[in-house]
Amino acid sequence: MTEARDTIDRNRRAFLGAAAGLAVAPGVLLHTVAGAAPRSAPVTSDVRWGLLIDTAKCADGCTACVTACDEENGLNLQVKPEGQSEAKWAQQRSVWIRKAKLQDNQTGRITNLPLMCQHCERPPCVDVCPTGASFKRADGIVMVDRHTCIGCRYCMMACPYKARSFIHEKVTAQLTRAPRGKGCVESCNLCVHRRDNGQESTACVDACAREGHQAILFGDLKDPASHISQMLTAIASRQIREDLALNTGVRYSNI
Amino acid sequence: MAKAVVLGSLLSVGLAGALVALAAQAAGGSYVVPGSQAATLDSCVEQTDFMRRNHMEVIKHQRDETVHNGIRSTKHSLAGCVECHASGDPAGGVVPVDRKGQFCQACHAFAAVGMNCFDCHATVPSQGEQGQGSPSRSPLAASPRGAGVAFTGQRSGEGYPQ
Ligand code: SF4
Repeated sequence: MTEARDTIDRNRRAFLGAAAGLAVAPGVLLHTVAGAAPRSAPVTSDVRWGLLIDTAKCADGCTACVTACDEENGLNLQVKPEGQSEAKWAQQRSVWIRKAKLQDNQTGRITNLPLMCQHCERPPCVDVCPTGASFKRADGIVMVDRHTCIGCRYCMMACPYKARSFIHEKVTAQLTRAPRGKGCVESCNLCVHRRDNGQESTACVDACAREGHQAILFGDLKDPASHISQMLTAIASRQIREDLALNTGVRYSNI
Repeated sequence: MAKAVVLGSLLSVGLAGALVALAAQAAGGSYVVPGSQAATLDSCVEQTDFMRRNHMEVIKHQRDETVHNGIRSTKHSLAGCVECHASGDPAGGVVPVDRKGQFCQACHAFAAVGMNCFDCHATVPSQGEQGQGSPSRSPLAASPRGAGVAFTGQRSGEGYPQ
């Protein structure tokens, strides 16, 4: 299925590429120009956005990335529904990044890492979605089109990373850059508004760097010259649940 | 039978009334809120008549372009509607566009059409939020509210493909 889709895409891209070539200089120029202004050409699969997380640098007790993500996407504006217990709210509130702590029971070694949507190349959430709301953008970002999401939550069940949240109650405060409302599923979208406005990194990457940890690296996995690609070539990294062969866009080193 | 006729005529009187009201709106009446940027402009991002009938198609088309293709440069963004149609309150804040009597709410209430955009979307302008780059907003962030000049470049673009 995916294979077939890729083939079709390639043909279409070639056609579009040719068509665009008449009007503007080819891809390279578009890419640099896109750095300054909001995007005016459709995203392409010439890039694939991803993260490389060095768990050795991720500090115990630090939640800077989680806080930054909350502020970037208006998740800090969530309020506990009246009468709901703290325990239930802690389970139900939307969370796009979870800070996980793993312990090797034999050696006692502890690993800290942020866990968010892994932006799979073959995302199970997309496979199971009955409406097509859960989709993968051409540039590799896996996200929910809230206009078509019916809130069935199949995708939440399918996700091996428990990366998605459901909005249970009416939302009264949201940011212009991150619309969100009751009845839809949501998850990390690699700060898609930043991508489309030509910004450099993601909120979590910036926050981690501000704290002096620099545990998260963001970049284009398809560009061999990008910092992230070079790091992936140079150091050992792993996918979480690599046995599932999802080819995740988020990679971890030192686990 | 007679009852049905009476009911029928009552209904048609009501309908005619509604049509008259609609005509009045079309003939120059408007729900544009004084004090909003929209009040200082001759027309919306397209001709007013076109927008009255087709704004929902325009923003629906745009939403797919934005969500799936990442295109955020066009003038047909919902955030642009909010930016331009929201008005200030005396206390210095901004009145949400879905508040009673405000542009979006008032017209939708008149037309008896539900409005779900704002279940998810912000009802007040972004006010310098980072990561907002649509041309309907970034130039305005630097200019005082109501300075309609920022819109000239945008409105001179080619029309919505029909
Ligand atoms: S909750 Fe929404 S995105 Fe998830 S599977 Fe159902 S319709 Fe698709």
